[in-house]
Amino acid sequence: MKAAKFDYIPAESIDEVVAALDRGNGETIIIAGGQSLMPMLAMRLATPATVVDINNIAQLSGIEVNEGEVVIKACTRQATALASPLVQAHLPLLAKAIGHVGHQQTRNRGTVGGSLCHADPASEIPLAALAMDAHVGLRSVAGTRQLPLADYFLGPMMTARKDNEILLSVHFPLGPDGARTGTAFHEVSERHGDFAVVAAAAHVQMDANGHCSKAALAIGGADAVPRRITGLEARLLGTMIDRNIIAAALPEIANAITPGDDQHAPSAYRRRVASVLAERALLEAVAGAAP
Amino acid sequence: MSKREISLSINGKAHTAAMEPRLSLLDFLRDEVGLTGTHVGCEHGVCGACSILFDGAPIRACLMLAVQADGHAITTVEGLCNEDGSAGTLQDAFQDAHGMQCGYCTPGMLISAQALLAHNSDPSLAEIKDAIGGNLCRCTGYVQIIEAIQLAARRLREAGP
Amino acid sequence: MTAATLDAGGAGRNLHYVAQKRRVREDRRFVAGTGKFVQDIALPDTKHAAVLPSPYSRARILSIDSTAAAALDGVHMVLTGQQMAEDCNPIRLGLKLPDIKWYPLAVDMTRYAGEWVAIVVADNAYIAEDALELIQVDYEPLAPVIDPEQAFDETDLLVHPDHGSNVLYHGNFLWGDVVGDFAAADDSLTLRTRWGRSSTVPIETFGALARWDEGTEILDIWASIQMPNFVELLATTLGYPLNNIRLHQDVDVGGSYGVKRGIKQSVLVGYLSRKLKRPVRLIEDRLVNMAGGDAHGPDRIFDTEAAFSRDGVIKSLKIRALDDAGAYPGRAPFQLAKPISAIVGPYTINSVKYEAISVATNKTGQVPVRGFGQAPTNYMIEMTVDAVARHLGLDRLEVRRRNLIPSDAFPYQIPSGSSYDSGDYQVVLQKGLDLARYDELLQRRDSARAEGRLAGIGIATCLEPGGGNNIFEYLMDPTAEITTFMEACEVKVDPQGKITGMMGTTTSGQGHETLFATILGEELQIDPDEIRIVHADSLTALPTRSPVASRMAIMLGGAATGAAAKIKDRAMAIAAFNLERPVEDLEYAGGTISDRNDASRKLTWAEICFIAYRAYHKLPPGMEPGFHAQHVFQVPGGGQLPDAQNRVQIYPCFSFQAHIPYVEIDPGTGKVSVLDYAIAHDCGTVINPDIVRGMVIGGLAHGIGAALYEQFAYDEEGQFLSASFADYLMPSVHEIPDVKDVEHCTPSPLTSHGQKGSGEGGYLGAPAAIASAVNDALQPMGLSLSELPMRMHKIEALINDGPG
Repeated sequence: MKAAKFDYIPAESIDEVVAALDRGNGETIIIAGGQSLMPMLAMRLATPATVVDINNIAQLSGIEVNEGEVVIKACTRQATALASPLVQAHLPLLAKAIGHVGHQQTRNRGTVGGSLCHADPASEIPLAALAMDAHVGLRSVAGTRQLPLADYFLGPMMTARKDNEILLSVHFPLGPDGARTGTAFHEVSERHGDFAVVAAAAHVQMDANGHCSKAALAIGGADAVPRRITGLEARLLGTMIDRNIIAAALPEIANAITPGDDQHAPSAYRRRVASVLAERALLEAVAGAAP
Repeated sequence: MSKREISLSINGKAHTAAMEPRLSLLDFLRDEVGLTGTHVGCEHGVCGACSILFDGAPIRACLMLAVQADGHAITTVEGLCNEDGSAGTLQDAFQDAHGMQCGYCTPGMLISAQALLAHNSDPSLAEIKDAIGGNLCRCTGYVQIIEAIQLAARRLREAGP
Repeated sequence: MTAATLDAGGAGRNLHYVAQKRRVREDRRFVAGTGKFVQDIALPDTKHAAVLPSPYSRARILSIDSTAAAALDGVHMVLTGQQMAEDCNPIRLGLKLPDIKWYPLAVDMTRYAGEWVAIVVADNAYIAEDALELIQVDYEPLAPVIDPEQAFDETDLLVHPDHGSNVLYHGNFLWGDVVGDFAAADDSLTLRTRWGRSSTVPIETFGALARWDEGTEILDIWASIQMPNFVELLATTLGYPLNNIRLHQDVDVGGSYGVKRGIKQSVLVGYLSRKLKRPVRLIEDRLVNMAGGDAHGPDRIFDTEAAFSRDGVIKSLKIRALDDAGAYPGRAPFQLAKPISAIVGPYTINSVKYEAISVATNKTGQVPVRGFGQAPTNYMIEMTVDAVARHLGLDRLEVRRRNLIPSDAFPYQIPSGSSYDSGDYQVVLQKGLDLARYDELLQRRDSARAEGRLAGIGIATCLEPGGGNNIFEYLMDPTAEITTFMEACEVKVDPQGKITGMMGTTTSGQGHETLFATILGEELQIDPDEIRIVHADSLTALPTRSPVASRMAIMLGGAATGAAAKIKDRAMAIAAFNLERPVEDLEYAGGTISDRNDASRKLTWAEICFIAYRAYHKLPPGMEPGFHAQHVFQVPGGGQLPDAQNRVQIYPCFSFQAHIPYVEIDPGTGKVSVLDYAIAHDCGTVINPDIVRGMVIGGLAHGIGAALYEQFAYDEEGQFLSASFADYLMPSVHEIPDVKDVEHCTPSPLTSHGQKGSGEGGYLGAPAAIASAVNDALQPMGLSLSELPMRMHKIEALINDGPG
């Protein structure tokens, strides 16, 4: 388990990164926290010609609130995000999700952006971000573009980020002031800290009359990508969500996901447990949004 | 693919070295610096046997390139000893509680515990479990390791700041 | 625990060091990071090896082109199985199976996914792996045989065609009147249980370093090995005289629990270092270790039939065990034989029929794992006891109480011939129940159930045979007349009077150095901290076998006691001669020997040592100068061949453990949480309480892993799915509850201080106990699961789909 040879560029600016990516013709990759990339290098599942290190670029770290959104820069450590008062206050779902990510040692190094770039279909940060209607900022030598996460995940470890693009930041929209929101993140894994076998992230918002003004449910580990269950969300919207309404909407999940089989669980398990966890997450989120 | 030169601090001592970019920080510490207390368990970031402190925070040395340590400060298990080489409080407590058997996961456990106790000398059971949750031990079933950390915390509290 | 052991063993002696809480001497180097593991040994000019695994479970090797790999800068050699087979003998198997040829590298055919096909030696491991990518192997993939029941029936699809069958061993044993007992019994039931493929998986992989010295013609080996006698295999495979090989045993082993046997790895580095005239090391990486390190454990299907009375007393068992040994059997089949030593568990079962079958499949080879087959057998026995209770509508605890061997029945001979040395099973079980606060636990379970949760209590009462001899080989192969499995040590008193003990094995976490020093200190009345312990290499060691079979406390303890007695005898003889008193009048106290009747007449330890080394004229006539003793300890009660009914004493000592875990199951996800765990344990006199406690709890955690998480999984094509630590799930601290433990002490009458074995620890009972708890939780739904590991998806499917 020793990496193949590669060149190494300790980049000092984003310009330097995108220039290197552009030159690389798909053979140049970025290392951020390295918590997923390093095992892939060691197993020679990744054999890049060049590795560009973005850890020393100060502009790629930090969390800030900007006009209606919280921005987390790509190279912000998961541990930093977890401990951030801004995240705790504004992005409780993300905080809950990161609590399930790996262990202290990996969160100290792993980054929020790296998790989105790696795009494991069972990983927690992409799932929470998808449920929160986040979008990502991407940049190449040609310029910058914004991409909603709904259009970002293409398959297992495959995203719409092009080989010549760097993911700069993740943007989480803030809800309207005074809205009652509730969030929940439920996952099942055999051991604490492992990738989820199945996970559910729920984010609901109620208006002053107790009607659901926004409902988001995302399921991870049960398809090639994390999935929003829009059919279910539509059935909750505008209702005074209760246990029965949730139960009636749950069958939408099975229509929206196509789980795979592996040695950790057969597809039937993932399908059923997705519904179980979704119900729990929605109930908890609704309770959290109650006055 | 030429070698790159880096400067870093290891256990308080300045080092300069040159290496291929692909060399892992773990292999660098063991094979180039000769600090073999940091152990190789899985090389894919699960077992925690290679835990070190990187600028004071516990990380896995198998999941970093050595070249990425340029300009940073590293503490390995060898650095937990007192200056005269004797066992520190935590290491003493691990002996008194027999918080190990084969000794292979021990350096990683000590590093994780050290990181915990550095900012929390009265950790709850849940905090201890969270701190060592990423360190696998096959021998002990963890009970005596937890007791060792609790013993060290008590001694640190008794000794005062 | 201390109070109990103080009056135990050694005929009620007052113990000073044994059974006292004292630091474990090995710990000192481990906390400082200065343990010396094989990877830490740096010899000048060492070259590094890496191996090429087969991607196929079964394939013909049509050709291997290593030209490009060999030409790579920094590469010193590329070796294939074909070349190796020309220079080496096949590795000797445990059973005599002459048509199964096992070489370190595959020859002509690969027989499991991950089998090593070629090895590269290079300047460092990075370059070696670069070269692996340049080796071109042309394979012809063949259909594999993966399912052991299919393998048993198969006549065409053979793992080793020359052997003519996939059956490696098929034996039948009958002890007692099974037919009569079944006929006379009120009732009977049948049960299929399955123990899944898992292993001990030490955090340190296997590694070996070899250096051939042309000048001395000695092959030096440093390895992460637990078996000192593996040098015999090494010598026969390499075709060297045994005294050309020197295995260094002062290497710390990063966990083993049975599996660190690394024969093919050591053959490879030995061969290569001689070829290259340089030190060569092979450190398995994790993926190589898991797939091709030949370190998998038993994989077993039991079909059991039990006959019992209507009040739950089990009269007789018929057991069929089918074990999947993988591609190369090694010593795996013997793991079917060791459990014969405790085939009825702690119960008064009158007769047993035992059919044992070992088959080859296209999977990684099996090696001895902690308990050598006893953990699966205990699981089967305990599942059977629970099934009898369920069948009769009786309480599991009450059924156990009715079947446990009573304390006044020891020594108790079981149908297969073992005589259990001592035990107090009812009392230990009660201690466990008290520790678990069993009545409160029942209430907790029942209130959890009332709230709609799935909650269960497990009960398992199991044995740990300890001190094993090797006679189980004879049961499977009557040409193997091996009736000793000795352990030895040497004790030297130097001219300063300081003591050094020399043992002949490595230590891999069991604290053998501490054990040895403690017993020497106890016997010689000297602070163990002043005693040095060293590890002899294989050329200088006295006859020793290995730390298997929960035997070192018994066997090294016995050897140490014997050597210490010889040291004292020698001192007494010197004193008697110089004090001109008969030995009977003298007493030994902390090294000083004095006349009981006149304390002023004495010889100090320093004076005795001076005489022994310097004053020949003061030595009793005929005594050799110097001051040392050797003792080779034979397994107590062993040494006999089986009788005509295949009855034999296999292990001398039988430790007992009662497990009471409490679990809850999330019905939505099938996830089991082990919330509490109490264990009462009796291994006779405890030499070092911290060491025993650690092995008991550590073994228990290992058992929780085997019960719930750990699985070497294969797909239908024989692809190995569990090579990484993300796929093979060992419990972390979060999966292990806060274990409560209590020791009881029923001394063994057969050992130096009343000690029994404890190294296999809680592993021998925890899987059974967790299975019992899960089944108790499922019982209100009328469900049960009799297959390990009980992965959460299996439990969820059972709950949601029902059985089948």
